Amino acid sequence: MDWSWLTGRLSAEYLPQDPVTLSAAIGMPLGIIALLAAVTYFKKWGYLWNEWITSLDAKKIGVMYMIVAILMLLRGGADALMLRAQTALAPTGIELFDTDTFQQVFTAHGSIMIFFVAMGAMFGLINIALPLMLGARDVAFPFLNSVSFWLFFTGMVIINGSLVFGGFSNGGWLGYPPLTGLEYNPGPGVDYWIWALQIAGIGSLLSGINFTVTILKCRAPGMTLMKMPIFAWSVLVSMVLVMVAFPVLTATLGMLALDRAAGMHFFTSDAGGNPMMYINLIWAWGHPEVYILILPAFGIFSEVVATFARKKLFGYATMVAALLAIMFLSFIVWQHHFFTMGAGANVNAFFGITTMIIAIPTGVKIFNWLFTMYKGKIKFASPMVWFMCFAVTFTIGGVTGVLMAVPALDYQVHNTMFLVAHFHNVIIGGVLFGFFAGITYWWPKVFGFTLNETIGKLAAYMWQVGFIFAFIPLYILGLMGAVRRINTYDDPSWQPLFIISGIGVMIIMLGVALTVLQFIVSGWQYWKKKTNIDVSGDPWNGRTLEWSVPSPAPFYNFAITPKVSRRDEWWYQKKDGLTQPKKEEYQDIELPKNTSVGVWIAVAAGLVGFGFIWHIWWLVAISLVVAVGFIISRTLTDETEYTITAAELYKLDRKARS
Amino acid sequence: MSAHVNHTAEKQDKASLGFWLYLMTDIMLFASLFASYVILRGGTNGSPAGGEIFNLEMIMVSTFLLLTSSLTSGLAFLALKRSDAKRALLLLGATITLGIGFLTLELYEFGELIMHGHGPAHSAFLSAFFTLVGTHGLHILVGIIWAIALGDYITKRGATPNAIRKFSLFTVFWHFLDLVWIFIFTIVYLLGVIS
Repeated sequence: MDWSWLTGRLSAEYLPQDPVTLSAAIGMPLGIIALLAAVTYFKKWGYLWNEWITSLDAKKIGVMYMIVAILMLLRGGADALMLRAQTALAPTGIELFDTDTFQQVFTAHGSIMIFFVAMGAMFGLINIALPLMLGARDVAFPFLNSVSFWLFFTGMVIINGSLVFGGFSNGGWLGYPPLTGLEYNPGPGVDYWIWALQIAGIGSLLSGINFTVTILKCRAPGMTLMKMPIFAWSVLVSMVLVMVAFPVLTATLGMLALDRAAGMHFFTSDAGGNPMMYINLIWAWGHPEVYILILPAFGIFSEVVATFARKKLFGYATMVAALLAIMFLSFIVWQHHFFTMGAGANVNAFFGITTMIIAIPTGVKIFNWLFTMYKGKIKFASPMVWFMCFAVTFTIGGVTGVLMAVPALDYQVHNTMFLVAHFHNVIIGGVLFGFFAGITYWWPKVFGFTLNETIGKLAAYMWQVGFIFAFIPLYILGLMGAVRRINTYDDPSWQPLFIISGIGVMIIMLGVALTVLQFIVSGWQYWKKKTNIDVSGDPWNGRTLEWSVPSPAPFYNFAITPKVSRRDEWWYQKKDGLTQPKKEEYQDIELPKNTSVGVWIAVAAGLVGFGFIWHIWWLVAISLVVAVGFIISRTLTDETEYTITAAELYKLDRKARS
Repeated sequence: MSAHVNHTAEKQDKASLGFWLYLMTDIMLFASLFASYVILRGGTNGSPAGGEIFNLEMIMVSTFLLLTSSLTSGLAFLALKRSDAKRALLLLGATITLGIGFLTLELYEFGELIMHGHGPAHSAFLSAFFTLVGTHGLHILVGIIWAIALGDYITKRGATPNAIRKFSLFTVFWHFLDLVWIFIFTIVYLLGVIS
């Protein structure tokens, strides 16, 4: 009897062979086992399950996103270090790992950094800050939020699981076929990549719907769209992009999966397939994706600059207009990622021009921030230091982007280190710096204490200096003709630049270490010395509503829904003088009950992915049925909320305020 | 109590907007598949093009089944709003039956094509065809399961405001699938036969 249907193509030959992967493959499960043992030893399972895993509180879900994002930053950072160590040492003949592993490492680096660091940190910060800023009790669909997070988490587990069993894709972070097609890549690596992204991507899509409805329907009374904090605007625009772009990713990955699993011919080079269609489709998602990431970072900087310059944001309406212009333009530039494809001069000219036009609304934003700072009483707290690093770095990245928007020039630097330097310039200098600013800025609102300023500033400077060392040499190398994704090269004159770049990565890693140290030291100060407690709930003298509630923000967000009559409502309320709310003003509120259904849906989705990766079709079928069953049972459940009475709320609020 | 009523109305408002937004994302999904189909329809790998293998008479029948099911689902919703749970269930049953009929015809069509050597792995055109039409079919399957679950819910709890709210989303979904089908009917089948 043939039992292969039971285990699909699982077999021992997929266990890691080379020493680098092997050590990681052994180390990671051991680390997880140690962690689980620690949780068991300290009897924290109940706490974890009740307070975190099944929680529907947006702030807690946000914190979980942040934890995953920081862990993945370490993983992706380690990948980067390996890549640059290899290129620095290449001419000496030392090969740290073989070519195939090198390809897996850069694919993992890109996929992890975009999907699980940048996206994770973005959704984390939105979850933490957005409902509070809007004066809302929670997001529009708290349960869906939990589903989104756990799908994201499942994607993260799949992408890291490949390390232990089967290896990862070697097709680059966007997995161009035919290289990632069945013919040239029959192993499970590409399937790991597809299903990690597919599952996390569906989570992102659901989040996009959730936050859009939150912004459109859950604002405090009186807060018209034009009175929203600019961060909320940036999230709205970004989430619209998510809703339009992510289905394209879902469809594209689905077609690639069908090519691989069912022998179809969407993107094969024979039987009428069209690999170039894949590149068009993936960038129709991929280009909006970079704006999905950067716009909330712009939003964070807008809040940070206004707060620390102690002035209202300069040019609010133009900021909104710029966001909307970027939203529109980001959909008509995707072809600039493959000018060399041969679409013809007129097509290239169109996309080149639209790409250059995007620089205008982006420039508007930079000037708005500068004018906000002009004549302000600027306080150089660490979020502001992140902003200063951003303003310099991002502008350089923007300018090199405009350079590459010229098709003629792009033919020279296409797929070279110049491109690598450019997009790291905007993603590190824009997205990551923005998220670090956001983490420092909103940390006290979540945990009730501020982060250590000295270490925080030091971390920012390390990132900035490390960034210059790591990527400026890559610009030069790109102009010298070094293509991206090489693990070795013949020209010895490149080596010094690659070595400098390697040193830069190490300095960045020092910045990462300092960031982690900052969390630990600040936490220690809070526990032992109590020197950095945020007593007022408003440590930065903030302008928006999240600073009107005590820190850490209570689980119900606002005891009494605030009324809004202007922008920067909290700033003016403080000027007008604050009064304690009277007991009669409290009303009963309804909050969502915890539920584990989101976790189980994500587990089932993960098993669907696992079944597809290893061709275990019965597992796919059963898991799909289970997932559908959970969804249906949930949609037909009515009793999903509990009530806190006005009297209880009054007591809770008094306690939180004292 | 009035706060509670407001809360329910608010929830309905949010759910309805959220569901419409979901449908918009689904449109993007189908748009990607339609675009891929239009680009790949010439890639027949030396085999007959769509016009020669499509069974247009049968597609006409399945189109009528689906359009009629849309009508019955709309009537069921109206009945539910009049608190006529019994009639609503009857019409919902008709919707489900018609939906199953549609799916059966689709599976029959797929089976016929595969039997004659026109399976999805044969050419890019057929890959795109099966994926586009099949994705719609999967949506129909989800709709049928949803309708059955709703029927069960209404049987147990009657025409409550919650039932009406849940049912309103289902009818929107079902009409939406109708609309997508009209595009498939036009772009895939009719244009396929013309060219």
